Amino acid sequence: MTAISDVTRVSGGHDEHGHLEEFRTDPIGLMRRVRDECGEVGAFQLADKKVILLTGAQANEFFFRSADDDLDQAEAYPFMTPIFGKGVVFDASPERRREMLHNSALRGDHMKSHARTIEREVRRMIENWCDSGEIDLLEFFAELTIYTSTACLIGRKFRDQLDSRFAHYYHLLERGTDPLCYVDPYLPIESFRLRDEAREGLVALVAEIMATRISNPPNDKTQRDMLDVLVSIKDDEGNPRFSADEITGMFISLMFAGHHTSSGTSSWVLIEMLRHPEMYAEVKDELAELYADGQEVSFHALRQIPKLENILKETLRLHPPLIILMRVAQDEFEVAGRPIHKGDFVAASPAVSNRLAEDFPDPDTFDPARYDKPREEDVIHRWTWIPFGAGRHRCVGAAFATMQIKAIFSVLLREYEFDLAQPADSYRNDHTKMVVQLARPALVRYRKRIKE
Amino acid sequence: MGSYRIEVDLDLCQGHAMCELEAPDFFRVPKRGTVEILDAEPPDDVRSAIELAVESCPTRALSIKDQEN
Repeated sequence: MTAISDVTRVSGGHDEHGHLEEFRTDPIGLMRRVRDECGEVGAFQLADKKVILLTGAQANEFFFRSADDDLDQAEAYPFMTPIFGKGVVFDASPERRREMLHNSALRGDHMKSHARTIEREVRRMIENWCDSGEIDLLEFFAELTIYTSTACLIGRKFRDQLDSRFAHYYHLLERGTDPLCYVDPYLPIESFRLRDEAREGLVALVAEIMATRISNPPNDKTQRDMLDVLVSIKDDEGNPRFSADEITGMFISLMFAGHHTSSGTSSWVLIEMLRHPEMYAEVKDELAELYADGQEVSFHALRQIPKLENILKETLRLHPPLIILMRVAQDEFEVAGRPIHKGDFVAASPAVSNRLAEDFPDPDTFDPARYDKPREEDVIHRWTWIPFGAGRHRCVGAAFATMQIKAIFSVLLREYEFDLAQPADSYRNDHTKMVVQLARPALVRYRKRIKE
Repeated sequence: MGSYRIEVDLDLCQGHAMCELEAPDFFRVPKRGTVEILDAEPPDDVRSAIELAVESCPTRALSIKDQEN
């Protein structure tokens, strides 16, 4: 019988809050060191929380197969509460989540109409572009994905009442996710103050839109969107059931998982293509060939676009939008001979697992061919290729997100040529917040394509 | 009978029904249940449709296993 030895704690972290300062500046470096020093089960300290970081196929499989009753995610993300607001739960029970999924906008049969909506939103974003110019990728894709996610998840009517102010406030909310939230999500720091002001700004915008709906209720039920329905619900005394604050919280939570993730991924797909001109040329040829049949974006975005899809997969592997996934242990467990105790934080890291050299040869090289048959490294290493997570909690929006990228680039790459406007290695992510965003500046140049 | 078998890990299936969308003749997902494989050993000429269905599974619950004849 082998004795269970306690989880090794990674070096460093002797400050008041353990490894928190390092986690706020170089989280990926810290998590790699956990793997190097402690192996597939290691620990670091985030304020008063012990975080057990799991890496590698065996430990990740334990993480992703666990049910919510064993590893709970509701308590693991304290930065979400001030963003969603009181009364909006971060996550529902597994039964409730399954129920919601079956009634949601993410069901397969809605994808065609979403593809049409996304094409329309991309065209609206570029309608004022000149023949040539420059865009900031963060600004452009963050605003575009506000419009696509509101139009697809809440309704086009709501989207049509928005302008760039909504994206601006939403961005400040996402920036209000400093890891200091693990000390206290209401600390008096600048980014938390801006977060709370931005949320108030969003509530005011939603309240304005609600007023237009209340004063002008649609007669025809088919013309109603989610907001018309929400403002029409009354409580027992006949007063409106939901306040602007509550409705804003629902909308924020509905959009949260899909927004910064899709925005960042769109940016990185374009950056990686421009860093690899031969791959960029292949994708342009691929699109030209596919669309030669005269079909619409809503047709091809739902079908295979193999070269673009491989580039997307490789972009997600190297630049996963979520670098750490967290849970809280509800019981005692043993993983790879190490104990996990009730109350421990348990984490998996896409940023670390996606680059394990034993599963992904030349892990830092951008190589979309690793997804070709028979290599198929994403399928073969399903517990370590984890940009969408894995198992029961695998991203429910993965199919939507993939379709969205195909729709966006089907429009952009056929209308415009793109160039890097700064050195290729100067594009990077800002990891100082729990919500990872592209660091600024991240400029690219565009030039209208000349139709032959 | 084909040269391959469809396998499912019901522990992972969450009933998204993406497979049914790709290959309705081989997968059925009841409103509140997990996938039912209607024919686990489909003919070789529909393999590409089955592969699409397997790839479209959001939880990677499905897989294809080649079998020796």
